[in-house]
Amino acid sequence: MAAVKETVETVGEVEKYKYGFSTEIESEKAPIGLTEDTVRYISAKKDEPEWMLEWRLEAFRRWKNMKEPTWAKVFYPTMDYQNAYYYAAPKQTVAPESLDEVDPKLLETYEKLGIPLEEQKMLAGVAVDAVFDSVSVVTTFKEKLKEAGVIFCPISEAIRDYPELVKKYLGSVVPVTDNFFATLNSAVFSDGSFVYIPKGVRCPMELSTYFRINEKQTGQFERTLIVAEEGSYVSYLEGCTAPQRDENQLHAAVVELVAMDDAEIKYSTVQNWYPGDEEGKGGIYNFVTKRGDCRGRNSKISWTQVETGSAITWKYPSCILRGDNSRGEFYSIAISNTKQQVDSGTKMIHLGKNTSSRIVSKGISAGGSSNTYRGLVSVHKKAENVRNFTQCDSLLIGDKCSAHTVPYIEAKNPTAILEHEATTSKISDEQLFYCMQRGVPEEEAVALIVNGFCRDVLQQLPMEFAVEAQKLVGISLEGSVG
Amino acid sequence: MLEIKNLHVEVGGNEILKGIDLEVGAGEVHAIMGPNGSGKSTLSYVLSGREGYEVTQGSIAYKGQDVLEMSVDERAAAGIFLAFQYPIEIPGVTTMTFLKTALNAQRKARGEEELDAVKFLKLVREKAKPLNVTDEMLKRPLNVGFSGGEKKRAEILQMAILEPWFAILDETDSGLDIDALKTVSEGVNALRSPERSMLVITHYQRLLDYIVPDKVHVLSKGRIVKTGGKELALELEKSGYAEYGADEAA
Repeated sequence: MAAVKETVETVGEVEKYKYGFSTEIESEKAPIGLTEDTVRYISAKKDEPEWMLEWRLEAFRRWKNMKEPTWAKVFYPTMDYQNAYYYAAPKQTVAPESLDEVDPKLLETYEKLGIPLEEQKMLAGVAVDAVFDSVSVVTTFKEKLKEAGVIFCPISEAIRDYPELVKKYLGSVVPVTDNFFATLNSAVFSDGSFVYIPKGVRCPMELSTYFRINEKQTGQFERTLIVAEEGSYVSYLEGCTAPQRDENQLHAAVVELVAMDDAEIKYSTVQNWYPGDEEGKGGIYNFVTKRGDCRGRNSKISWTQVETGSAITWKYPSCILRGDNSRGEFYSIAISNTKQQVDSGTKMIHLGKNTSSRIVSKGISAGGSSNTYRGLVSVHKKAENVRNFTQCDSLLIGDKCSAHTVPYIEAKNPTAILEHEATTSKISDEQLFYCMQRGVPEEEAVALIVNGFCRDVLQQLPMEFAVEAQKLVGISLEGSVG
Repeated sequence: MLEIKNLHVEVGGNEILKGIDLEVGAGEVHAIMGPNGSGKSTLSYVLSGREGYEVTQGSIAYKGQDVLEMSVDERAAAGIFLAFQYPIEIPGVTTMTFLKTALNAQRKARGEEELDAVKFLKLVREKAKPLNVTDEMLKRPLNVGFSGGEKKRAEILQMAILEPWFAILDETDSGLDIDALKTVSEGVNALRSPERSMLVITHYQRLLDYIVPDKVHVLSKGRIVKTGGKELALELEKSGYAEYGADEAA
């Protein structure tokens, strides 16, 4: 309820993609194109140990022989992987020790994005790791987290400071050879976040990462790894924006989550990459592999995503329910407008006994967009007493968009109980008239109705994100009626 | 307050209203009665600006403004309110959220300060109580799974909070039992004031026992065929609409 409460004040300020500015900062880039040398360049820039370089090179060799997948319902011109930059970093000679040492222009950018980086403003209790193009700029609240024993740092730092942990878990959920984009990421990932919650610790604050692509023609390949040890809990938030550019930019991230016995990870995303203009020119190609491994008994992983941006979204945050009694959840709002294409959903792989999963997907298509839910619920032979509930609702606005639902179900154990519900609806003229008769202007009325449609999912978001997400709903549907 | 002159309205190429003249002064309550299909609901929709109701001739002036030039939400912000015969369900949007959204949208449109959560909550509680609208009902999505009585009470609650200057009640009595009818009527009567006018559309005289009108108009086949005082409603109750050209008063 609280989630929808502020809808109106917030959607009132709708405007076009407001994160479309770029920041003039001198940057340092890898030579254009992708070769073994590029991989070595990135690894050297990061001052990485030999084992990491080898890991990357292995991925690169594999990737060269892989083909881009074509099964998704998205269409785009062939990408030229040799005509892109794989590493760009704001130029800075020494790594910053504190905020005072960070380029003020960078801080200004984050301010424009509404991320309060200064610790004074951080009393709300959100620790932020901000990734600007390829490097992590600053991680706030490090000290306080350290006291609790929580590690939250750029992954490049973790590779140097906690090599044993990284070695143990990196690639253990999403293997190097998992898929074309994940393998590419393994070769060239430049930064991202690393989170480690020790046994029995409840992370004292929400952790947050903000990603921004600033440089032209740059891909962003961040890598996030979160490990929750026995009996621990963490809530992690991720936000993304990019400047408006005419060319398409690739974003191929990999996120790996590991939850041990009785641990819980809550992972929330508000994705607002630049979606391209009204004719479909420009925008981010978002090809992301996110997977959580409920490795321990009674563990729980919950994905909540609000996807409003990107020209193309290809994303299936999944759960491997390995531990007995473990639980996976996926709550999703995917909004597409203009020429955006979304192919998103989840995979719930039930391996352990008494595992359960819940999928709630809300797809909203407007303009000339295409919105596909693609999901897999798989029950393995030895997984007794599995429960799954899936609900896929699609809402259409206008008559030029489309919604598709592609659920796959594989049940190899007869004790499984799987439920699937799907609905498709349109915003009715009656609803619009009713809201407007009460004084709500048309676009605000659409946002109100859509926020109502998404309520089940918005309620899953942490408070700070819920408000932003509602704003985004309004902004991304701007111009979809009338 | 409201002045309708020679109003002709078409819906899908069929002329439904064929020259309505009606003047409602400030503080007055007028009842429109008539058989099914006489154009009662069309009149309420054209006043509130619903799409698909085409005015081919005539004019509507509200507080000196040309209503036909205003959008639906502009009319609402200017104080025209329609209590729906069949209130619409808004899934996932709680009654509370909806009320706050509507009130603040109107205040914003009028250049007034929006109400914060605390002030708003106080206002709702105060207005909800006499209408027997519980906190539980305010937390439910608007009209979703509401009984007939709950829907109508929610409509009147919206009216009480939005405080319109000109309210149209479209068959507000339909689907109400006698107790609910009393509650709703009391809610409406509490809003009567020398500055506020109402147009009560109804089929039956019953409602007018509770909401006593200053004038009663009989609408038949798109025209106002008779106007009188509140006693006209009683006459109609006895004789039916037959003499006004309707086959059945049902």
